Amino acid sequence: MNEGFALSTESLVKSYELDGQKFNAVNSISLAVTAGEFVGLVGPSGSGKTTLLAMLSALLTPTTGKVIIDGTNLSDMSDKQRVEFRRKRVGFTFQANNLIPYLTALENVELMLRLNGELTAAVRTRSRDLLARLGLAARLHNLPSQMSGGQQQRVAIARALIHNPAVVLADEPTASLDTERAHQVVETFAQLIHEHKRAGVIVTHDLRMITYTDRVIQMRDGDVARIYTSRAEIRELAASGPG
Amino acid sequence: MQKLLTPLYLAQMEVLRNKVRFFLISLLIALITLLVLFIAALAEGLGGGNREYISKLDADLLVYKADSDLLIAASRLPRSVMNQVRRVPGVRAVGPIAVSNAAIDTPLETPDADPLRVALLGVEAGLPGAPPIISGSPFSTNRAPEAVVERRVIQRLGIKVGDRISIRTDQGSGDETFEVLVVGLSDGQQYGLAPVVFLPLLTWDRVRSKTGPNSPLNLNLIAVQLEDPNDLAAMKALIPAQVKDVEMAGIREAYEALPGYKEQQSTLDTQRFFTLIIGVLVIGGFFQIQALQKVPQVGMLKAIGAANWMVAVAAIAQIILVTVIGVLLGGAATLLLASTLPPGIPIVFTGQAAVAAIVSLLFIGPIGGAISIRYAARIEPLKALGMSS
Repeated sequence: MNEGFALSTESLVKSYELDGQKFNAVNSISLAVTAGEFVGLVGPSGSGKTTLLAMLSALLTPTTGKVIIDGTNLSDMSDKQRVEFRRKRVGFTFQANNLIPYLTALENVELMLRLNGELTAAVRTRSRDLLARLGLAARLHNLPSQMSGGQQQRVAIARALIHNPAVVLADEPTASLDTERAHQVVETFAQLIHEHKRAGVIVTHDLRMITYTDRVIQMRDGDVARIYTSRAEIRELAASGPG
Repeated sequence: MQKLLTPLYLAQMEVLRNKVRFFLISLLIALITLLVLFIAALAEGLGGGNREYISKLDADLLVYKADSDLLIAASRLPRSVMNQVRRVPGVRAVGPIAVSNAAIDTPLETPDADPLRVALLGVEAGLPGAPPIISGSPFSTNRAPEAVVERRVIQRLGIKVGDRISIRTDQGSGDETFEVLVVGLSDGQQYGLAPVVFLPLLTWDRVRSKTGPNSPLNLNLIAVQLEDPNDLAAMKALIPAQVKDVEMAGIREAYEALPGYKEQQSTLDTQRFFTLIIGVLVIGGFFQIQALQKVPQVGMLKAIGAANWMVAVAAIAQIILVTVIGVLLGGAATLLLASTLPPGIPIVFTGQAAVAAIVSLLFIGPIGGAISIRYAARIEPLKALGMSS
């Protein structure tokens, strides 16, 4: 199942106990994402998409099953190894609080390289180029408080990509943006995923945003309800509304 | 290496980009520093003012009258005891010390000023108990109308060696004034927080306060130098065995027995301790509030791969930086303020006390911030980012 894929899961389960009753937030999900593929994860609240994303990013340990990124099984790792793996092989953007408030756009992007001990003159230029590619050439030395929500999300995207991770994960990156900016952000995200040949997964409530994805996994009650693969199906689902 | 320096980079950038906030925390530490250093200086000043003469004595042991409970004012020794003590084997030299109080009339240029209250000490030149002379000369004879004064008398009266001072004492039938020539200057020699005027013993006997005309000359203490100072314990037992009606004390024991000395020092130590505790709690509170405000930020840092140690080191580095700046500011403010205080205020900064206070102050930030560091290190990224189920 996992061969040739940048990201894959095998019978992934996350169980919780509530009032003495066991329930599965994620119920035996197996999926695979290739390098350069951008996958949308949609579903109503409580469908398990954020729990799945947390397990894909090595922030949450599955109850059973495997998460394999770049050929490495995360289940075999210690907590310390998972932290290091996240730092090196995973790129992440969040709904909010994406950036360190006292670092400029450029410094926020470079932080990822500092954490990995890889900040050199060459990658510094790459950080500038990437931010310029995201339309932020004039904002390199601005603090997050001096940028709009959309600009902050674009800085977060640059930070998620700068260290050449195997997978890039986004949790509701457009939740606090207006429609126009949301489209700009996700479109740019999709372009970069394709250009940089990373496996990308975006969790979103806003079905309009899945227009830019290559495949959509719809979840319900911890299970995969349906997978949309053709452009026509995805466009039809996206047209159904903001979610 | 870069990875190791990243927490320090984060700590430094946060401080640089939030200068006002961190300056206010440093200012708070500076105020605590000021308070702790002043209490330490006050303890040193008051303690020193009480014990200075005794602690600087060029003697190994002090002889008191038996059952005086080491109270100098209660110890009355006839002069003959001095000869008995001198004859004890192992004693190299002895010297008399007689204590009284007096007022010195201020110079005519300042007629409205209060007279200077001083401790009047009767000693013999060249014997234990006499102060070291730093300028001028010792007494010419044991009954000369001469005085050696300590530096505070010179400062307070604005006099110099070669001037005359008028000593006023109660002679039973009323106050009398005695004029003496200042022949020498000694270093700081306060006794009982009062500046000291040394007189030759027989001059002292003439000048001292008396309740009536037939008040015999008694010494309060006899200062003893030993042939071998290592024999202190043995000599402390030997002298009372050979000389009747005396008790002995070492120098430290003698000044710790000064009335109120121990109580005063323990009061000031308690104040200093509680100031440090309050400092720890206040600083701890500040850093804890800051840690609570930074939960999402720390959660994000951990989510993108910052290890717990990085978060902890960043927090510790920041606390140390802010504390060091605060202590430096407080130290500078203390020096500035101390230089403006009048000389009569018993504030004394000694290297040892200041270093001890500064070292303890440098710990208040990290101790106060320990809970916030632990809190930051335990932040769960999923919860902090609102991703937990």
